[in-house]
Amino acid sequence: MGFKTVYEDCDILVVGGGMGGCGAAFEARHWARDMKIVVAEKANIDRSGAVAQGLYAINCYMGMQWDENQPEDHVRYARNDLMGIVREDLAYDMARHVDSAVHKFEEWGLPLMRDPETGHYQREGKWQIMIHGESYKPIVAEAARKSVDKIYNRIMVTHLLMDENQPNRVGGAIGFNVRTGGLHVFRAKAVIVGAGGASHIFKPRSVGEGMGRTWYAPWSSASAYALPIMVGAKMTQMENRIVLCRFKDGYGPVGAYFLHLKTYTQNAYGDEYESKWYQHTKDMVGEYIDHHPTPTCLRNHAFLQEVAAGRGPIHMVTKEAFQDPHKETVGWENFLGMTVGQAVVWASQNIDPKYINPELTTSEPYVMGSHATCSGAWASGPEDISPDEYYWGYNRMMTVEGLFGAGDALGGTAHAFSSGSFTEGRLAAKAAVKFIRDHANDKINVSDKQIEDRRKEIYKPLENYQVGRNEIVGGTVSPSYILPLHGLQRLEKIMDEYAGGIGVNYMTNEPLLKFGLEKLKILQEDLEHIGAEDLHQLQRAWELKHRAIASECVTQHTLFRKETRWPGYYYRGDHLKLDDENWHVLTLSRRDPESGEWEMEKAPVYHIVD
Amino acid sequence: MPTFVYMTRCDGCGHCVDICPSDIMHIDPTYRRALNIEPNMCWECYSCVKACPQNAIDCRGYADFAPLGHSVRVRREEEKGTISWRIKFRDGRVKDFVSPITTQPWGEKIPRLAEMARPSEEDLNSQLLWSEPDALNIDTGLPVISKNKFKQGVYY
Repeated sequence: MGFKTVYEDCDILVVGGGMGGCGAAFEARHWARDMKIVVAEKANIDRSGAVAQGLYAINCYMGMQWDENQPEDHVRYARNDLMGIVREDLAYDMARHVDSAVHKFEEWGLPLMRDPETGHYQREGKWQIMIHGESYKPIVAEAARKSVDKIYNRIMVTHLLMDENQPNRVGGAIGFNVRTGGLHVFRAKAVIVGAGGASHIFKPRSVGEGMGRTWYAPWSSASAYALPIMVGAKMTQMENRIVLCRFKDGYGPVGAYFLHLKTYTQNAYGDEYESKWYQHTKDMVGEYIDHHPTPTCLRNHAFLQEVAAGRGPIHMVTKEAFQDPHKETVGWENFLGMTVGQAVVWASQNIDPKYINPELTTSEPYVMGSHATCSGAWASGPEDISPDEYYWGYNRMMTVEGLFGAGDALGGTAHAFSSGSFTEGRLAAKAAVKFIRDHANDKINVSDKQIEDRRKEIYKPLENYQVGRNEIVGGTVSPSYILPLHGLQRLEKIMDEYAGGIGVNYMTNEPLLKFGLEKLKILQEDLEHIGAEDLHQLQRAWELKHRAIASECVTQHTLFRKETRWPGYYYRGDHLKLDDENWHVLTLSRRDPESGEWEMEKAPVYHIVD
Repeated sequence: MPTFVYMTRCDGCGHCVDICPSDIMHIDPTYRRALNIEPNMCWECYSCVKACPQNAIDCRGYADFAPLGHSVRVRREEEKGTISWRIKFRDGRVKDFVSPITTQPWGEKIPRLAEMARPSEEDLNSQLLWSEPDALNIDTGLPVISKNKFKQGVYY
């Protein structure tokens, strides 16, 4: 294929320009006036990542200036919501810095609502502040743009590159331009992965034209996980997928409805149901059900039980709140600011929540590290507050030297959300600068052979298609290749049926997971025969490869943890109870890049606050 | 609601192609106008709709669950700093909303860090980020917690 190769030698490469990547790109310049900072983004940083369409709230803000919350409170909240297990050092560290980011967003022009009485930011709940955030991403992107040497939009990064002078040290990244097809080789002294988590690894509820209406963006293709996994970085808590309780079909957010509008749920017959499942849940998880606020997974669990008992659908009672015109406006603007699709669903179905209590549903599972769950790479914490097992020299550095992460890429840091992901990017960038200065004599060696091997691999789907296409008259059915959509749907079906998706009410067990792993292995073999008709399909092919490898990791972790830690997110039918005796631990995995074999281990959980 | 493009309004400028986070807005080679090549990978994020100078792009709710006859239209005006929405229900009811998108002239208050005061060596070795501790708006400095409070296991 006659695509040209573009080389870029830089000091810091940021892969993915979402909230985390933009935070990293912005902050890096402050600490490194003389370094070359480059961003490689799959789309266009003005509207990329999970915040592309905007947000109506910033879900992580301490409000230390008004003594609303302290970092310790955030740790307690995130830990409680995830049934006792997070990286408390990382959570504390993010929380103690996050307010400074939010204050800057306001200074830059992001409209933060204020409480007319106190003058403080308008709280939606204890943690969330309300914003008019349609332009949140363009504002943050502008900050990144002003800091960096160069932004490469439309680069699908397929692999990290490794330094060949030293073992286990990153040397850059490689990918292709989805417009020109050109091969882009970035040689870098440090890489910060700010790529997205995983939608579309489990079969979504909508499988036709609406399959793009997943809760998390369809372009979140698990690159945050696949890139580190492929170079042998350790991952953590990858089993801790999240299932969202949302408005039906559009997956419109419920946070403002519950917290600010004070709407509430009831079953099809108008009855409150959560309290009915108290004892049942207590039998599974013990005293965790008594914690306040009730962990999100346990509220999901009551929802699922009530529906399984034949009393669905569950409704959100909006009719009372929406009689107040101000609340009605907030309710609609909440969607228009971050999930326009829900407004469309209601408009099309004549659902006006002033007169009809809308239906809720539980979503397919997602794997991510930035929202209310914490899957991702195992990374070092900060020197001053991390226990020895969690600290190896540079804040937010993964177990591969010179490789850092932020946002979805980092494991253990639940409830970071947009502001926290941006903050993690800043932390990673500062540490990356320090790393480069401490290793000033390192000469990065990425051989031509390494690049050539990757080049062949990257373009192979185009070749597969070209060759195979000649065998058949036309259409999508070939005996020699599968198309990206075929592979995606096979992946989603495997994960759904074997790893606890919607089709099995989130239930799995050891035999199912082992079958699933076998099928994933065969899928991986078939992905060597994936066919891409054009550059757009080549992007889809690589997104699928990233999703497939992340799915394998999720399945390995789910198999390893022999308990049901988060009922409502998934169930191990063979271990239906929470087991603090054996599993009050973080799970770690590492895939050997040579053999493809997985090794699992447990890491201790440290509680740094009472 | 996947997007679609009106034939008579699109002039093929490509703004939607540049901005689409999902890479699904492309230029049709025959008509030289934009089209959504992969509606099932559309998140209905409206980035293309907002970016279109001709108001040529609209959305029609996903056929799997959204009946026809509705519309959700938007106009984003950077110079005015507002975004305006009109929601039309299938039965004809209409709701209008207007929100601010920025409080500042576009981009002006965002600093160029290369031109700001340089950090010291001491700063690089501290836990502070740019603008901290000042930007935390507290006078007690960056919070820290003592390592000897760590407890391993289930106790909390």
